Amino acid sequence: MGFAGRAEEENVSLQFILTVTLNGLTLASLYFIVASGFSLIFGLMRTVNMAHGSLYMVGAYVGFAVYDPLYASDVWASHAWLIGIAAGILAAALVGLFMQVALLGWMQGQELRQALVTIGLSIIIADQLLALFGGNPFRFFTPELLFGPTELPVIGRYPIFRLFQVVLAVAVGIGLWLLLNKTKLGIVVRAGVDDRQMLAACGVNVPLVAATVFALGAGLAGLGGVIGATAQPMALGVDARFLLMSLVVVIVGGMGSIGGTALGALLIGLAEQWGQVLFPTYSVILTFVIMATVLAVWPQGLLGRKPT
Amino acid sequence: MRGALEIRDMHVRFGKATILQGVSLSVGEKPVSVIGRNGMGKTTMCSALMGMVPASGSAKLDGKELLGLGTGKVARAGMAIVPQGRRVFPSLSVHEHLLLVAQRGNPPWTIERVYDTFPRLAERRRNGGNQLSGGEQQMLAISRALLMNPRLVIMDEPSEGLAPVIVDHLIEVLRTIAQEGMGLLLIEQNLRVATSVADEVSIMVTGRIAATVGSAELARDRELQNRYLGVSHGH
Repeated sequence: MGFAGRAEEENVSLQFILTVTLNGLTLASLYFIVASGFSLIFGLMRTVNMAHGSLYMVGAYVGFAVYDPLYASDVWASHAWLIGIAAGILAAALVGLFMQVALLGWMQGQELRQALVTIGLSIIIADQLLALFGGNPFRFFTPELLFGPTELPVIGRYPIFRLFQVVLAVAVGIGLWLLLNKTKLGIVVRAGVDDRQMLAACGVNVPLVAATVFALGAGLAGLGGVIGATAQPMALGVDARFLLMSLVVVIVGGMGSIGGTALGALLIGLAEQWGQVLFPTYSVILTFVIMATVLAVWPQGLLGRKPT
Repeated sequence: MRGALEIRDMHVRFGKATILQGVSLSVGEKPVSVIGRNGMGKTTMCSALMGMVPASGSAKLDGKELLGLGTGKVARAGMAIVPQGRRVFPSLSVHEHLLLVAQRGNPPWTIERVYDTFPRLAERRRNGGNQLSGGEQQMLAISRALLMNPRLVIMDEPSEGLAPVIVDHLIEVLRTIAQEGMGLLLIEQNLRVATSVADEVSIMVTGRIAATVGSAELARDRELQNRYLGVSHGH
């Protein structure tokens, strides 16, 4: 390995530290993709979308339903995964669009009512997915290009797909940053985060913008769903986990801030991986200790803005 | 393109409190100023016209009913507002505020013209809305409304917080836009601005238009000024 001069034990421990950290980073990448959609929706509409984890599942299930027959066919197999991703994003975006236009848009500003409606939706969606697709776990096969391990310095063999997760999360982050800071839609969205009513007084069709942003945020959850179901097997029940994770990530990072979401995802991803290594029995608590600490010291989240 | 605004018997109630009790006012060919002490309902009238608070009665812009439309549709019907408190967007730079509302084609107000009119904004074009002084925010709020090239613009105390020399500049700008054919409903506490821009001044007392007087007459008559604007307390 080229580290022949070092003590074997030291090398192993360094390798161990880096591997756990990289695992945390790849987990954080998935969390960021999902939670950034949650944060985007909350930032503009103040809607706490309790069905965000369900949108993650919709992406995975519908994506898989499209992917599976394609993968079995000879002609489409090589493109099946990409088509599955597109289908997952589209399905989640359409469900999100329906939620905003048909249900949530009518109760704008009534946060409690919106939370209850989205909780109800999450129960309905979970049962419908069970009825339609059954309860068996499933998993996307990693596409050939991203399949298998690669050799990293110190760490050694590491799955390519996990590294791809990090690349994708960075791409999503940069994409969102460009969208928010370099486009007309971004100007409109940021103005809406500041003052929705004044944005309407500027002649902007705010309900249309809200529907667009909701579809975008939901689509990110759908993208996360397919990625998540490629990294690990997907089964019913993950909606609650990813909803909880999204909530914790944006509370820690700061509601409605993309940078804050990235920081929150990083902290929570690393905490989960290191928690499992250091004190497996209590690792779940660590996440909530971080959240409680942040809430006590920085109630707006680490990068959140104070309300004006 | 000048908008004619007809307000008839407009009421606004918050719970049991009636803030506006039957406001009637016409803004047509010439700008109209509305003055009145604090708490008389001037800002509520502006918010109600813009669809920001629910109101009953009628307010028509060129014959189109505005009340009940919702803020976005009121704005697209040709109304713009310079609201109380300016309400510039903290996360947007000066230039982004202008991009947000600037129109295509060849309208009377363009971003270039805004920068010509308020050179200070051109200097601050990259600064965020939360980095501006009160006066700069005021100029930005005015520019934001003008760039919509509305039929009629409501300005709620545009001179508030401005240095005297800038107030003179503001009066000039307001006269210009009125001459160019934009309808103007001007709410003011500053009597000099109110009377310099409009020939007639309507006076608002406890949610009604109590009187309409000629600007020249009001500017002269101290007794009248004290009755409607004096800062006497304790009644």
